[in-house]
Amino acid sequence: MIGFGDILILVFAIIGVFFNALGSLGLLRFPDVYTRLHAGTKCTTFGTIFTVLAVVCYSLWRWIAVPDPRWVVISVHSIIAVMFLLLANPVGAHAIARAARKIGIRPYGAVVDEMEGMKND
Amino acid sequence: MGKEDCGMIPVLDALWFTFYLLMFFGLLALIRLVIGPTVPDRVVGLDAMTTITVAAMIVLAAIMEEPIIVDIALVYALLSFVATLYIARYLRRKKEGLQ
Amino acid sequence: MIDGFLFIQIIIGFALVVTAVTAVRLKNLLAAAIALGGFSLILSLEFYVLQAPDVAMAEAAVGAGLTTALFVLAIKRTSDEEVEE
Repeated sequence: MIGFGDILILVFAIIGVFFNALGSLGLLRFPDVYTRLHAGTKCTTFGTIFTVLAVVCYSLWRWIAVPDPRWVVISVHSIIAVMFLLLANPVGAHAIARAARKIGIRPYGAVVDEMEGMKND
Repeated sequence: MGKEDCGMIPVLDALWFTFYLLMFFGLLALIRLVIGPTVPDRVVGLDAMTTITVAAMIVLAAIMEEPIIVDIALVYALLSFVATLYIARYLRRKKEGLQ
Repeated sequence: MIDGFLFIQIIIGFALVVTAVTAVRLKNLLAAAIALGGFSLILSLEFYVLQAPDVAMAEAAVGAGLTTALFVLAIKRTSDEEVEE
């Protein structure tokens, strides 16, 4: 007995797991720190959004079946957590990219560095 | 757990499977934390592992039906970037001090 | 259910040992501090799985925010590399 809520939760969970898999695989396979940052921050954030969306759909569906206030607490706190993650992750990624550029790590295969010798890089 | 609801058990199995896969991807990010050649590589691995672990914690809270343990994931999502910002600031200050 | 619990315990124990050995063996002290941050994250996940939410929240707050900041402050005052006796 597969209903519409089952299909929605499964699709959200599959999208989240797929993007988390791409992020962790790219974190292992990419050649330098900037591309690893690209994989390890953006893909995992996107996958975490969809995984939490699956959890929110599951808890709201259980709340519709049996009205228990625990499910509302779980869904609201999950949404707050993913909003904090959305605020915190790009800030940290930007700071790490600037620090890596500052301490002299060149991008892999780069031949022209347009930021060479600029004052506030 | 809620076994009395019809049609609920495949979704619960799917959430368990999601949790196992997320822990496996966290181990893949841990490999980057161990073998990373430079310090920013390790910071990127720690950041990705934190994000994946927050997702796994939220999925496990929905499986266990415990509303209080979502707050740990919330604390981690809020506090994990303090370490990142501190290390990035240290790297920049060290380079500027050497010049 | 007990099979999944055992699986989680095996993965968490393995990851704890790996991060601890990494934090001991690294020569760069900043990288060792980052490995200790990963150790604290996995230890918090262990407390989480064992359903001790207050201990896990204290471990998360101390390990993610406070310990790494203190280590980076101490490294800033002294030296980055490990000194041979």
